[in-house]
Amino acid sequence: MVEAINAGLADAMADDDHVLVFGEDVGRLGGVFRVTDGLQARFGQRRCFDTPLAEAGIVGLAIGLSMRGYRPVPELQFDGFSYPALDQVISHLAKYRNRSQGAMPMRVTVRIPSFGGIGSPEHHCESPETYFAHTAGVRVVSPSNPADAYSMLRESIAGDDPVIFLEPKRRYWSRQDLALPVTTEPSDRARVARPGSDVTVVAYGAMVRVALDAAEVAERDGGVSLEVVDLRCLAPLDLDAVLDSVRRTGRCIVVHEAPRTLGLGAEIAAVVQERAFHSLEAPVLRVTGFDTPYPPATLEGVWLPGVDRLLDAVEQVLEP
Amino acid sequence: MAITDRAEAPVAASTLQVLAPDGAVVPGARYPFELSDADHVGMLTAMTVTRRLDGEFVNLQRQGQLALYPSCLGQEAAQVGITSATRDNDWLFPQYRELGAFVVRGVDPAGIGHMWRGMAHGGTGLIEKCCAPITIPIGTHAPHAVGYALGAKFDGVDTVAVTFIGDGATSEGDVHEALNMAAVFQVPCIFVVQNNHWAISVPLSAQTRVTDIASKAAGYGMAGVRCDGNDVLACRVVMRDALLRAREGRGPTLIEAVTYRMGAHTTADDPTRYRSEGELELWRRRDPIDRYRSHLVAAGIWTAQHEERATETGERAAKRLRDEVFDAPMPDPLSVFDHVLSRRSGELERQRRQLARETGRDAT
Repeated sequence: MVEAINAGLADAMADDDHVLVFGEDVGRLGGVFRVTDGLQARFGQRRCFDTPLAEAGIVGLAIGLSMRGYRPVPELQFDGFSYPALDQVISHLAKYRNRSQGAMPMRVTVRIPSFGGIGSPEHHCESPETYFAHTAGVRVVSPSNPADAYSMLRESIAGDDPVIFLEPKRRYWSRQDLALPVTTEPSDRARVARPGSDVTVVAYGAMVRVALDAAEVAERDGGVSLEVVDLRCLAPLDLDAVLDSVRRTGRCIVVHEAPRTLGLGAEIAAVVQERAFHSLEAPVLRVTGFDTPYPPATLEGVWLPGVDRLLDAVEQVLEP
Repeated sequence: MAITDRAEAPVAASTLQVLAPDGAVVPGARYPFELSDADHVGMLTAMTVTRRLDGEFVNLQRQGQLALYPSCLGQEAAQVGITSATRDNDWLFPQYRELGAFVVRGVDPAGIGHMWRGMAHGGTGLIEKCCAPITIPIGTHAPHAVGYALGAKFDGVDTVAVTFIGDGATSEGDVHEALNMAAVFQVPCIFVVQNNHWAISVPLSAQTRVTDIASKAAGYGMAGVRCDGNDVLACRVVMRDALLRAREGRGPTLIEAVTYRMGAHTTADDPTRYRSEGELELWRRRDPIDRYRSHLVAAGIWTAQHEERATETGERAAKRLRDEVFDAPMPDPLSVFDHVLSRRSGELERQRRQLARETGRDAT
C-alpha cells in the first residue's frame, strides 16, 4: 500500500504542477513510513518540502495555498498528532467554501497515517475519524487495500473538496499486484468486498481485512456466509450499499477500532434501523475497540477487534 | 483591579512616529514625502468615512438590526495607514475589527452588514476585493496568510499577504506557528498587530511580559517594527518599508501599531467594568483623525470643502448600509445546504427536503 500511495502522489504531481506535498519529514527522509520517498528528488524542493513541526500551521498553510490556486497534499505524521490541527480543519478547512459563499473551495487532501495494530507507543495508534466525520464540510475516506489507496488518493487530490485521507498503517505493508494507474469505484461509495447471504459486516480501513478473515473462518467452520461491505467513505456516509445488503441478509454488524460510544457504528446502526427496520431479524451489533484510551502496545492484540470478537457477534445475531 | 499601566504610558521612544498628537511633524521624522495631496486627502477621507460608518454599525446594533458589532473606533489610522500602502491585489486576511481596511479597499458596507446581521457567514463582497472572509477565531487565520504568501512566492509574483491580528492574538499558538513558518519560508507576508491594549477585558500586561510586541519578531528571525498606530503617516511609512521588503524577497515583517480600542470590545461588552475613564481621556487626546486633520489643515492640504465631501461620503456609506440591512429579509432557508461540499450527499438531500417541507418551500 505504501508504494501505491507513493505512486498516487507522484502521478498526481506529474499531472498537475499545482499539487504540492509537504509536512514533517516528507522531504529528504521521504516520510517516516517512506510514503513520500523520492518525491523531493524527482519534483524538487518547491513541490515536496519539509515544514516546521507545527500541525495547525501545516493545515493553515494548505488553506492559504488552496486560496492561491494550489492543490496541497499535507501529511500529518500520525493520527495522534492530527489533534493540534483539528481547529484548522473544523473552523476553517471545512467551512471555507461555506463562509465564502462557494467562492473559495478548499482543494486540500490531508493525509494521516491512522489507526492501531503496529505496536507503536501511545499517540501513534488513534482512530480520529469520528472527530472529522462529525464536521460538515470535509470528506473523510479510508482505503482498505492498495488499489483503493491509489485510486481514492488520485480522486481526492483532483477533487474540489477538502478530504481527510486516513491511511491504515497496519495495511501499509499489504501487497497486491497492480497495473497502475488503477481506477476503482468512486470514493464516496461503499463496496461489497465479499458477497454473502447471512450477515452483513460493515468495516473500513484495516478492519476490512479482519472482516474478510472472519468470513473465511465462518464459511469454513460454520457454513455461515458473511457479506463484507467496505465503507471506504466515512463522511458523508453513503449507506445505500449497506442498506441493500441488510435488506438481503437481515442482519448487520459494524466493526471499527475506534471506541464504541458515539463511534461510526452508532450512526450506521441508527440509519439501518431507520431505513431497513422491517428487514432486520436481529439487533444491529457493534464490534469495536473499548471506551478506554488506546492501550499500551503489548495489550493492543486483546484490545483491538479481531476475528474472534467478530465471530462472537455473528453467533449472537444468528441466535434464533 | 484594572491593570492599565501600559495603556497609560507615554509613547515609547522606540515607537516610530511622524506626527505628534497635535499634528505637528516630529523633529527628524521620516516624513512620507512621496505621498501626493490626493493621497493625503484619500486617507483622511477613508478615516472619516470609517468613523461615520462604524458609528452607523453601532446604531444599527442598538436598534436591534445587527446581532453584534465590534467597533474599530480609535483604530482608523492603523487600518487606513496600513491598507492604503498596499496594492489592490495584495491579499488581506482580516480578523473582525478591520472596517478601515475594508473602506480603503472599497468593500460594499452592505456585505459587512450581512455578516453582523446574521445573513451570511464571513461577509459578502470581500473576496472580489482580495480580502479573505471576516474571521472570528483569534489568530487562526494567520497561517492562511503565510500559505497564500508561499503560493505567491512559488508563482514568482510580487503579491503580498497581509494579516491583521491583535495584541491578544499574539498569545495564540497558531500565530506563533504562522510567524515561525513565515520566517522559515521567507515569504512575502506582513503581520500587522494592532495593539489596542485590550483583549476584551484583559490588558496587555496580562497577555505578555514584554512591553514591545514588535520585539517578538527577533525570536523568529524576522524584521519587527513598532509604530504609533494613531499616527496614520507612521503606519503608512512602516508598511511601505515592509511591503518593499516583501516584494524584494527579503521576507516577512511584524508590525506593531500601538493604538487603543476606544469603544467596547463588541456591542455586547461593557468596558466600564474593567477600565478607567482617565485612560480613555488620555487616548481621546491622541485621536488619530484630529491629529491627521490638524496636520493636513496646517499644511494647506485639507480644506473645509474636503471636510464636507468626506462627511457626505460617510453619510452615503452609512445610508447604503442602513438601506441594505434594516429589516432585511431572512435568506432562503434552503441556502444552508449550499456550499457545504461541491455536491450534496444523499443524506443532505433528505435533510434539505425536510427543511423545505417545514418551511413550505419547493426543494427542487
